[in-house]
Amino acid sequence: MLISTIIGASLIPMQFAVPNFAPATPEIFLLVATGLVLLIDLFLKDSQRFITYALSQATLLITAGLVIAGFNDIYMAEAMQVTGKASITTFSEMFVLDPMAQVLKVAVLLITAGVFVYSRPYLFSRQMYKGEYFTLGLFAVLGMMIMISAKTMLLIYLGLELLSLAMYAMVAFRRDDGKASEAAMKYFVLGAIASGMLLYGMSIIYGVSGSLHIDHISAYMRTHEVMQNIGLLLGLSFVIVGLGFKLGVVPFQMWIPDVYDGSPTAVTLFLGTAPKIAAFAMIMRLLVEGLGEMVQGWQQILSILAALSFIIGNVVAIAQTNIKRMLAYSTISHMGFVLLGIIAGSEMGYAASMFYIITYAIIAMGAFGIIILLSRNGYEADQLNDLKGLSTRHPWYAFMMMLFMFSMAGVPPTVGFYAKLSVIQAVVSADMVWLAVIAVVMSVVGAYYYLRAIKLMYFDQPDEIDSNGDALVPATAGLDFRVLISVNGLSVIALGLLPGALMSLCVMAIQTSL
Amino acid sequence: MFEGYLLSVLVWLPIIGGLIILFAGDKVAPRPLALAVSGITFLISILLWTGFNSSGYQMQFVESMPWIETFNINYHLAVDGISMPLILLNTFITVLIVLAGWEVIKKKPAQYMAAFLIMEGIINGVFAAQDAILFYVFFEAMLIPMFIVIGIWGGDNRIYATIKFFLYTFFGSVFMLVSLLYMYSQSGSFAIADLHDVKLGMTPQILIFLSFLIAFGVKVPMWPVHTWLPDAHVQAPTGGSVILAAVMLKIGGYGFLRFSLPMVPDASSELAWLVIFMSLTAVVYIGFIALVQSDMKKLVAYSSIAHMGFVTLGIFVLFPIVANTGSTEGSLMGLQGGMMQMISHGFISGAMFLCIGVLYDRMHTREISAYGGVSNKMPWFAGFFVLFAMANTGLPGTSGFVGEFMVILTSFKANFWIAFLASTTLIVGAAYTLWLVKRVIFGAVANDNVAALTDINRRETFILATLAFFVILVGLWPQPLIHVMNDSLVHVIEQATTSKLVGQ
Repeated sequence: MLISTIIGASLIPMQFAVPNFAPATPEIFLLVATGLVLLIDLFLKDSQRFITYALSQATLLITAGLVIAGFNDIYMAEAMQVTGKASITTFSEMFVLDPMAQVLKVAVLLITAGVFVYSRPYLFSRQMYKGEYFTLGLFAVLGMMIMISAKTMLLIYLGLELLSLAMYAMVAFRRDDGKASEAAMKYFVLGAIASGMLLYGMSIIYGVSGSLHIDHISAYMRTHEVMQNIGLLLGLSFVIVGLGFKLGVVPFQMWIPDVYDGSPTAVTLFLGTAPKIAAFAMIMRLLVEGLGEMVQGWQQILSILAALSFIIGNVVAIAQTNIKRMLAYSTISHMGFVLLGIIAGSEMGYAASMFYIITYAIIAMGAFGIIILLSRNGYEADQLNDLKGLSTRHPWYAFMMMLFMFSMAGVPPTVGFYAKLSVIQAVVSADMVWLAVIAVVMSVVGAYYYLRAIKLMYFDQPDEIDSNGDALVPATAGLDFRVLISVNGLSVIALGLLPGALMSLCVMAIQTSL
Repeated sequence: MFEGYLLSVLVWLPIIGGLIILFAGDKVAPRPLALAVSGITFLISILLWTGFNSSGYQMQFVESMPWIETFNINYHLAVDGISMPLILLNTFITVLIVLAGWEVIKKKPAQYMAAFLIMEGIINGVFAAQDAILFYVFFEAMLIPMFIVIGIWGGDNRIYATIKFFLYTFFGSVFMLVSLLYMYSQSGSFAIADLHDVKLGMTPQILIFLSFLIAFGVKVPMWPVHTWLPDAHVQAPTGGSVILAAVMLKIGGYGFLRFSLPMVPDASSELAWLVIFMSLTAVVYIGFIALVQSDMKKLVAYSSIAHMGFVTLGIFVLFPIVANTGSTEGSLMGLQGGMMQMISHGFISGAMFLCIGVLYDRMHTREISAYGGVSNKMPWFAGFFVLFAMANTGLPGTSGFVGEFMVILTSFKANFWIAFLASTTLIVGAAYTLWLVKRVIFGAVANDNVAALTDINRRETFILATLAFFVILVGLWPQPLIHVMNDSLVHVIEQATTSKLVGQ
């Protein structure tokens, strides 16, 4: 009697409504399936590990299928008619499903599936073929999907931490390797600091605006003089520091080369692709949707970060002899380019950044895939010199790598050109021609080290021995690997010849989401 | 047969043919296949000439369909009197290149032929594109096959040369991209015709003009951004040098006519002195540099720079004429001269590089001092070489004379001293070319290697004879070419002298 009075009176002020689970079906399925994979893996012998792999792939593909299955279409269309935005929320408005989230989630899931294909032979030959890689990977994907769909700062943070913790463990996966442990330690400490910064910034914003919800913060900002508010500016600065760390832009880039270099290549491959997409989503939710009224503030800061990123990223990459480090610095510069579209502060700009980040993930996946392909146990093939004469040894793989390199350099007709074109177009129409000029000049600097990789593959004679001093043996790979790397490489050129569809998809997603 | 798709066929047939040869590999007779593809492309390109209506400046053979709708970018191809002859030049030269590489290229012949065919298609695309981004895509994509051609089949220092070539041109063109994007933000369209109409203030015009100047100036190449050319030419295989000199350099001149003059006429007028100064420096100073070269290819490369100076001079001398006389009368001949010089230089420089290739294949050196008295052993070859050398110096009756003469004549209208400096080329050009002929061809047989030379075979004779035919044909009867270009050039002059300043 007493208990029921208390419950009825104060603890649950409103009728408890069962939330609408439909928008979150993919996440729920992914969580359940990941739990099952974890459980099944316990009972498998090492020789049966293929089952874990197959189940993980199936999980990813089914989740992707659920994202695009369309059982929310009706509600989204309804929302579109009522509010002009096709976004539906659930779980007390904490979770949002909009076209942008759908596109980004599908990209994350498919890229992760590709990453698993590339990783398997690498893990297998190094006695790392354990279920943990896949289950940690799946948890990381869950974290990313939550980040993409988060509508409150708390949920963003939870998704980010789920992703980060899984990633820390994956970087440290090779626990008997000093370099990997060092990388993991660095990543963890710096990542924790970054998370702290982000959380601090969020708490300041919460303190000023009185809400954790992105829309409420945005509504608060519309009615207040935000650019005069020291508290909010401070909060914004801390949030940007946190985001900068996660995205890996100068001056918060220190961890990137070490972690890329130290991690097993299979983990670098994962780290350098899908989480970038999630980080983009986080920026969109926090800066554009939440702090959109402070656009003048973050535009200035991000302009400097972007300019520094492509200057430092491209210049330092020239000095690298290790491909993984070179690609790490190249990532830094690419993230600077991604920021360009966001800086423009227009829908076209956001769509351009989205296009950039998705295509970058595809290209980077392929480039790391080639490194994995050339390596074998005890020989990582991560020196630039290991590419020497690749066109003689493996003409097709060399051709694929050439496409990836030209695409990263932004040379048409590869897709990298259209990515750069669209973000630069966005800043030019935002009247920031100076930033565009720095960007294009730096892409010329960047072209140098990509060309050097091509030069090594095409113009140099192959060495008889690898960088360890052992005799070179031809790289071998399973059928799935070979098919995927070919599809991956040809997609770079196909998207380059016909970029229209993906670009329209990004524009549509942004227009109906924001 | 290809009604309405002629230009697409000219762009994609060589590219697809090249890809087939690339994937078929060295075992499936890459040479005859490449000859067939390039030959068919050339024959089809003749339809452009026969079907061309030379009255009026309107674009012909138009094809247009949406390509990237988000940015309003169209796959829009068309030609006018300026671009049509250049496409023909390209398809013609490519046939010769395939023939020239027939026996010489032993390493990866399929890839070699494929690279040139793909390049042919891309260059046709550059000349035919009527959408700025499509143009830019072809403009940049062209670098990839050339980069590979120099890097794989080049000389000893090929890697330095090819990376320098790539970075120079890439650096030049990125500024053009920013300019195009800026104009898009003003006009909302990437169609070149729309960009011709967009109103711009003086400061943007000047900046856009400078960015075009970097992009096309590097391509032409103009002094002082020419330094990549001698390196690229010396290191490139013969075919690479030929396509580079005969066709690729023309893209720079074409760019000035299609982009700079019509899009930013006020800035062009304002900065014409700069371009004229750079052109005259190329003509005079680079001519003297050519004089002291000890490497034959380098000598011809520098002479190319000097001759291309006439192209830019002929184009930009329009503005001082308008300033002096207040009318555009007489300036048309300068533009015609520039265009004639481009076509003629395509034949002559191609022929010169092929001749050097013939010698290099036999002696494996390009040092002038290694030769002497070649005419004793290779009389047929010597005959052709002397003819092309004469054309290079601008002998009346050869195509080299027409363009230079027209440009010099027009320059008199602008300023006596411009004409005077331009005419020095007749002396300097004759000096370095004839001195080259004297040292290489004439005299007594210099050494045992020269004594062992054999004259050109039938294949080589055929290549040089066709070029000689066109050099003389254009030299004696330039009228059809001038007629084809006439209305388009008149239109360019009209656009270039109509101010686009905002508020007018």
